Amino acid sequence: MDTLLYLTRRIAQALVVILIVTVVVFGLLHALPGGPARGILGQQATPQQITLFNHDQGLDRPLPVQYLYYLRQLLHGDLGTSYTLNEAVSQLIEQRLPKTLVLTVLSAIIGLSLAIPLGMWQAVRRNKPADYVITTLSFVAYSTPVYFLGLVLVLVFTQVLRWFPSQAPQGDTVGQVFADPVALVLPVVTGAASMVAAFSRYMRAATLENLSEDYVRTARAGGSRQRAILFKHVFRNSLTPVIAMLGYYVPVLFGGALVVEQLFNYPGMGLLFWSAAQSSDYPVLLGCVLVISVATVVGSLLADIVQRVVDPRVKGGLV
Amino acid sequence: MSVQSARRWGLVAQFPAPLKARFARNKLAVAGLVVVALFFLFCFLGPVLYSTDQVHTDLTQVNLHPSGSHWLGTDAVGHDEVGRLMYGGKVSLLVGLAAGVLATVIGTLWGAVAGYAGGWIDAVMMRVVDAGIAIPALFILLVVSAITTPGVTGLIVILGLVSWLVPSRLVRAETLTLKSRDYVLTLRAIGGSHSRAITRHILPNSVSTIVVAATFQVADAILLVAYVSYLGLGVQPPSTDWGGMLSAGLTAAYSGRWWLIVPPGLAIILVVCAFNAVGDGLRDAFDVKGRG
Repeated sequence: MDTLLYLTRRIAQALVVILIVTVVVFGLLHALPGGPARGILGQQATPQQITLFNHDQGLDRPLPVQYLYYLRQLLHGDLGTSYTLNEAVSQLIEQRLPKTLVLTVLSAIIGLSLAIPLGMWQAVRRNKPADYVITTLSFVAYSTPVYFLGLVLVLVFTQVLRWFPSQAPQGDTVGQVFADPVALVLPVVTGAASMVAAFSRYMRAATLENLSEDYVRTARAGGSRQRAILFKHVFRNSLTPVIAMLGYYVPVLFGGALVVEQLFNYPGMGLLFWSAAQSSDYPVLLGCVLVISVATVVGSLLADIVQRVVDPRVKGGLV
Repeated sequence: MSVQSARRWGLVAQFPAPLKARFARNKLAVAGLVVVALFFLFCFLGPVLYSTDQVHTDLTQVNLHPSGSHWLGTDAVGHDEVGRLMYGGKVSLLVGLAAGVLATVIGTLWGAVAGYAGGWIDAVMMRVVDAGIAIPALFILLVVSAITTPGVTGLIVILGLVSWLVPSRLVRAETLTLKSRDYVLTLRAIGGSHSRAITRHILPNSVSTIVVAATFQVADAILLVAYVSYLGLGVQPPSTDWGGMLSAGLTAAYSGRWWLIVPPGLAIILVVCAFNAVGDGLRDAFDVKGRG
């Protein structure tokens, strides 16, 4: 019952947050220079055409009415039309998002499968030289812009060593992206590197916390081997908060994808967003912002729920 | 009995070492402070000692390798790279510092008012914070940059407006514990105003949290402005910052001009690391909770 109440409140809270996000995005859409009419009709449009357009589109009605209309469109999955690509924003995102997900998920899998053992190893060898070295490295990596890392990788692996191409796969579909796995290496490695830094830190902290728990002492007193304790108990208990962290990490993942896609010319949502910023294609920009924001809200909602349901000791958590 | 032995035998109360001493014990934090100071000297005093033309292009001196006359070579329009680092660093440091402080001020006020007011005002104000956190700063910055081309002041304001959310949460949490302290209750009982309670009691007592948050905020702002400039939507030419210097980085990488990529990149990493180290040191010295 307690959990059900929590879930209801938490989901209601998330919905309120999403509603506020739509208000912000709607506000930005209306703060645009020239308004949507200029954007769609172009610079040559006469004032009469603009008035007619505004009337047809309901843009001469009061703002609250327009906002409700905008919400209704959103609920129908209508995010407007791109100024420059002459295509529905929802369609553009539908084409590009899967490719971004491929990149992100691959980076996350590789990043986590390195970070988790690394973090555990650090925790076990706490305050030994190896721990210091890795902690320092992840401290530095935390302060490194993703694009700088990418630039250095491009410099070393495409120019000096010539192992990999500098351009990501250019396919239209996910299948075509996978058809060129060698070209996928550098973008995925760049994305994974920043994850290793962050998640080895979380894993180290979580493992250390669990190692000091009573159940570890009990298991030890009962004669369990260190290795067995580590892998049977501590690992499982430490993994939950770290996996939950992924939920909070959604905005960082999208930010990373934006940079990696721009750097390697990978045709995902990040590159779509970046080109839209270059050409002031507002419907695309704000459509992407909305999608990413909703993903962020859902990510942290799931993270909260995972932590709450898996670990009943986490109470409160609200706000 | 000397003070030393009295202390040893527990006859003198052991007060925690003063803040400065606790900070000084953290070698990494001290190193961070030194690095920050050196970079300020380099960027603001450096141009006096090592004068270069960073405004006019010199097409006879393009893309030179590092040499005796240009220690780090020149870029694609003939600017000396060492001078460029100083010139860009000024903007990076100033924008980062100002935006970090601005964000902390906004966040502090917002968090203190929300936490102090409580009830539905708090709930509404914190949902606004949640919504702000849900819209990733990098994306909203790029949208704003697409609408207007911000100058340095504009950039500071925009960065401040998108990154005050975390400090507001920290200060709110602090305010929640402070507002039920006796001295605040007493002040209210004798008729002191709400604004007096906030400005004279709650904020001064949260100062450690605020200072620590500000330090991390500056580190984040330097990084964020570097991202926006790298993507070509930050400070506009002929002005530049370290991120902007890397916006032509891909071309440089393809032609193997490492000296145009590595120095500004390392400068960003060093300064951001340094601010983070100082933040860690302050957090431990003040013994407050901040970023883990």
